[in-house]
Amino acid sequence: MSGASFATGGATASATYQKVGSIRAERRRVLIGAYIALAVFVVFFLLPPVYMLITSLKSSAEIADLSGNPWIVTRPTLQNYWELLTEGNYLLHFRNSIIVTACVVAITMVISILAAFSLSRMRFWGSGVLATGVFLTYLVPETLLFIPLFQIIGGIGMYNNLWAMVLIYPTLTVPFCTWIMIGYFSSIPKELDEAALIDGANHFQMLWKIFIPVALPGILAATIFAFTVSWAQFLYPMAFLVSSEQMVLTTGIVSDLIRGDTFVWGKIMAGALMAALPPLLVYAFLMDYYIAGLTAGATKG
Amino acid sequence: MAQVTLRKIVKEYEGGVQAVKGIDLDIDDHEFVVLVGPSGCGKSTTLRMIAGLEEITSGDIAIGGSIVNDIPPRDRDIAMVFQNYALYPHMTVFENMAFGLTLRKFPKEEIKRRVDNAARILDIGTLLERKPKALSGGQRQRVAMGRAIVRDPKVFLFDEPLSNLDAKLRVQMRTEIKKVHQTVRTTTVYVTHDQVEAMTLADRVVVMNHGVIEQVGPPTELYHHPVTKFVAGFIGSPAMNFIPGRLVNGGAALNVVLPDGITLPVPAERAGRYAAHAGREILFGIRPEHLTEIRPNDHRPHLAAFEAAPEVVEPMGMETLLHFWMQGNEICARVDPATPAEPGVKQTLAADMSQMHLIDPQTEKVL
Amino acid sequence: MADGSAIAAGRVPATAGQPRTGTLKRMARRRSTLAFLMALPLLAVIAGLVIYPFFYAIELSMLNKRMTRFVGIDNFTFLLGRETFQLVIFQSVLFAVTAVIAKALIGFVLAHVLHALPAKGQRKWRGMLLVPWVIPPAVSTLAWWWLFDPSYSAFNWMLAVFGAGPVPWLGDAGWARFAVILVNTWYGAPFFMIMYLAALKSVPDQLYEAAAIDGATGIQKLRYVTLPMMRNIISITVLFSLIVTFANFDIVRILTNGGPQDRTHLFGTYAFQVGIQSGDIPLGAAVSLFMFPLLAVFAVLILRGVNQRTKEGL
Ligand SMILES: Nc1ncnc2c1ncn2[C@@H]1O[C@H](COP(=O)(O)OP(=O)(O)O)[C@@H](O)[C@H]1O
Ligand SMILES: [Mg+2]
Repeated sequence: MSGASFATGGATASATYQKVGSIRAERRRVLIGAYIALAVFVVFFLLPPVYMLITSLKSSAEIADLSGNPWIVTRPTLQNYWELLTEGNYLLHFRNSIIVTACVVAITMVISILAAFSLSRMRFWGSGVLATGVFLTYLVPETLLFIPLFQIIGGIGMYNNLWAMVLIYPTLTVPFCTWIMIGYFSSIPKELDEAALIDGANHFQMLWKIFIPVALPGILAATIFAFTVSWAQFLYPMAFLVSSEQMVLTTGIVSDLIRGDTFVWGKIMAGALMAALPPLLVYAFLMDYYIAGLTAGATKG
Repeated sequence: MAQVTLRKIVKEYEGGVQAVKGIDLDIDDHEFVVLVGPSGCGKSTTLRMIAGLEEITSGDIAIGGSIVNDIPPRDRDIAMVFQNYALYPHMTVFENMAFGLTLRKFPKEEIKRRVDNAARILDIGTLLERKPKALSGGQRQRVAMGRAIVRDPKVFLFDEPLSNLDAKLRVQMRTEIKKVHQTVRTTTVYVTHDQVEAMTLADRVVVMNHGVIEQVGPPTELYHHPVTKFVAGFIGSPAMNFIPGRLVNGGAALNVVLPDGITLPVPAERAGRYAAHAGREILFGIRPEHLTEIRPNDHRPHLAAFEAAPEVVEPMGMETLLHFWMQGNEICARVDPATPAEPGVKQTLAADMSQMHLIDPQTEKVL
Repeated sequence: MADGSAIAAGRVPATAGQPRTGTLKRMARRRSTLAFLMALPLLAVIAGLVIYPFFYAIELSMLNKRMTRFVGIDNFTFLLGRETFQLVIFQSVLFAVTAVIAKALIGFVLAHVLHALPAKGQRKWRGMLLVPWVIPPAVSTLAWWWLFDPSYSAFNWMLAVFGAGPVPWLGDAGWARFAVILVNTWYGAPFFMIMYLAALKSVPDQLYEAAAIDGATGIQKLRYVTLPMMRNIISITVLFSLIVTFANFDIVRILTNGGPQDRTHLFGTYAFQVGIQSGDIPLGAAVSLFMFPLLAVFAVLILRGVNQRTKEGL
């Protein structure tokens, strides 16, 4: 009797173990599948930048040699980088990109922080409409309005002038940055401004000493967004800048390194890689803010 | 010199909501006044008008004798403690407390002296370099109070400062607030929805309902002599029982006749007060603590016995609550835990008629 | 209480009896003014660089090529009658729809895969998977261009290893369209992934646990828990990406410049070619403006979605 019950007990127990084991095995299978999928996509996603690096390390002769495996560098050289940095306008373009981006980021942040503070906290007639308008403006793509802007820029005599970029890039950065700053400012509890008001702060002190420090992560995210957009902008410089010394990186690489049908691929790839470096570095060090900045449009109300 | 005077204060929000409907209130120097009432009755609005955070629709507010209607919060010389503390998250405790003084350009040594003093009163001297994030709820509460104390203002304003704390800490901080007030003696207006907090803290309690003041008075007075049904029901826990009945002239004395034919005699010395209402419908009000078991050698005069069968018996330890129904009215009695009590079994209870209240059901005023 | 006015009058004669002008009210007004001033630069940007150019674009689009004469909607009718432009419309829609579907699907799969990983490894993988989205497209497309190069294509080299013939990546209309869509998918899929991942993370675990106890299978959990919870963010992301993809410029401009035989032109690149390169400003403006109705519809839909999110407090 007791033997039988013991046997039953043992059977149940082992059945249970089996069950647990199968769940675990299934989970492992899922995980393996996940890693395979990830690996495939990582290869697909990293292929172009890796190939950029490979090509940039080759000499022109090696690139032109069709007999070898293009995915392998046989005699790596920094020649391409060296030439870019010492001859031609690459450094100038880099400098121009930095100037434009720095100015645009500064202008954008000043405009959007002031506006967001005003729209989220102080309110005035029509401020609700403006907040919605800001969001809609953000959805206006640059290809919609570049032709009238081309005429306007020409009309004020800023055609082929780097500073025109500083003037018009804010259309692309300000609405979105304002929008996410409104989100961040609105999440600051109202009692905090009331406490500051009672403590004796005026509106500028409130903004400077309370709002900006408290919303610093948001400001960082918005700054990164403005930086990314300015750095990557291609259409405006393409349309409004023609001479090489006015150009920024995105257009400069193409216009300077492609002369007719001669493509200096090694240098193009080296130049492209270095142009991608600043956003990549920012991304590497500030990944969370970077993601917050670029996704906030839909995740922040 | 820091009385606070409210004269015919009205607050109408955009959209036409009248949150405060003409309040008159005089608060003395050094007084601790608690505004209490159910949620949405206009307490916070009143407090915020005193602070200058809300504009007054009409009426006058004076602090320390001068009208402050049009003076911005920073010039009213008040300090406020918020329900969520509103500590500046990016500043240390020291900076939080010093912020108001820094903006007012106090010299460094003076700021340090005051912060240290406040920190000593509140026992937060070791926390001065921490950020609010690294503090517990009770510590944040102290810092919020510290921020008020260092300013040495004419008036302290508290808006439900203990609501975010757990029950135990709430009791502890309540004592703390009382202690601080006894130390600094600053005029205080304190808002809460919790009548226990109001009773324990206040020199005088202001009971508000629907934007008007129902009654102002010291805690014991509100407890013993409420002037309206609302105050009678709001103060005290468990709440006062209200039973509709009739005041009947029973020849020698007045009697309260309740449903089920229970007849309770009105004490002779109060008969005169109610004589005019004889024969009318009234609301009979009595607190659970005045509905007890019959005690041996009970010398309380004016005890009136009646029979009732409790439906629910709740032993609380130090007492037992009996709930029974009288024609649809839930009645609660508070008996000694030693009293035998069984649900559904009739037992004799005593009403202490010297503690009862009669209320006019139309005006809801206590007679 | 009767002496209310007496107190006011007696103690502070200065303010007594005065009509309630209200310093606080004045301050509120001043605050409004200040608020307006603070928002003024924003207004200037929107008015000067978005609204004004928009109306200017409408005006431009109704002029003749030399901008001397008002021609009404001639430019628009001319464009509609032109085969190249019909191709542009077709290609823009094809490009946007296919690329967005591909991006959404890849993003969805990757988000789920990442979500299934243990938290520790997630960051590293996520970091690598986001790289395409971090490199400026004008720069990364150069690499693709080079990968597609007719004589040096590294892809064709690999195909040759497997014995397949070379593919005319950018030389043949069909392949060129495929290439353009591929590059756009490559660039945009990480954005979908990160949006979906955030949405997935915001679905409370209890919901899945409750569903599991109710006996839901993996597919059913996806169907009845995940998708409904993510519906709003999916639609916002899709609409947003439709706008961006539809109005794309960088990728096509660098990869094919519209070729071969205009078979990959989009509104943006075509407007650039017509307006800037060929110098027919009015016609270019008209090309751009053709995008507007569709963009407006998408924008309104997004706004609705966002407002709904705000209301639901998600
Ligand atoms: N900013 C406001 N706008 C409109 N109505 C308000 C506002 N603040 C409070 N109220 C309304 O005024 C009434 C009183 O609110 P409040 O003073 O906050 O109540 P309490 O603090 O007593 O709970 C409530 O009905 C509330 O809905
Ligand atoms: Mg309140």
